[in-house]
Amino acid sequence: MDMTESAPDTRQLDPHNWVKHYADYLYLYTITRIKDEEQARDLVQETFLSALEGMERFAGKSSERTWLTAILKNKIIDTYRKRSSGLKIVEASETESTAPDFFEADNGHWKKEYAPVSFGMDSEEGLHNKEFNRILQKCMQKLPALWMAVFTMKHMDDATTDNICNELKITASNFWIIIHRAKLNLRACLQKNWI
Amino acid sequence: MSNLKSMIYNCRQATFLIEKRMLGSLTLRERIELRIHLTGCDVCTLYVKQSQKINEMIKQLLKEPANNNVVLDDEFKEAMQQKIQHKLNNN
Repeated sequence: MDMTESAPDTRQLDPHNWVKHYADYLYLYTITRIKDEEQARDLVQETFLSALEGMERFAGKSSERTWLTAILKNKIIDTYRKRSSGLKIVEASETESTAPDFFEADNGHWKKEYAPVSFGMDSEEGLHNKEFNRILQKCMQKLPALWMAVFTMKHMDDATTDNICNELKITASNFWIIIHRAKLNLRACLQKNWI
Repeated sequence: MSNLKSMIYNCRQATFLIEKRMLGSLTLRERIELRIHLTGCDVCTLYVKQSQKINEMIKQLLKEPANNNVVLDDEFKEAMQQKIQHKLNNN
């Protein structure tokens, strides 16, 4: 019998069953935010191992799953941070040249081939459409790492803009540029693959 | 004034402001510029709708991912379980 089961402040934790109960959930959580499968697996494993070391900090206020997810979330943000510091310079110049420009250079009008056209469904329908969701997920995976990081952090936890800028070491004006470009690309990708 | 005029026809700038409005806030001037632009631009008006919908869907997707068949392979799980067991026994 190990100590963890008798210690009062960890009695809600059951590490023997973590893998069985949470591995798939945590993996899915990660893969929607980190596109690299191998890295996602490692993050899940690291989460369990860190959790073991931090078991005495579990206050029993949240569920086991919520607690593990919080640990994982911090690890994901760490990953974003590491990636973005390495990729920022490369990507800034890369996207200039490779991302399509959706607007005319001289007047900022939509280029004909990129102008939004209707997705052909009413607003409620899309939310429940599995195929549409699948395409959206695929399109998100195509975003450059830093864009994905900014975008996901903003939508994932409603993190404040200041927080994200600090974590990823970008300026506020860069933040908005990235949000804008990410959305333009995402929307274009949806249009291209859905209609 | 010439700035305002070029803004009124500039969809690049308008979509930028649309995104900023959705996740942050605009200055008074930006709000006016955007409103004037949207009054005359159907394409950007459609963009607003689609962009809002995409935001909602992303929120939902991050909360409950659609892809239910994403699972870790058993071998990796087994190895992970062993590492946990090992660590528990050592403490």
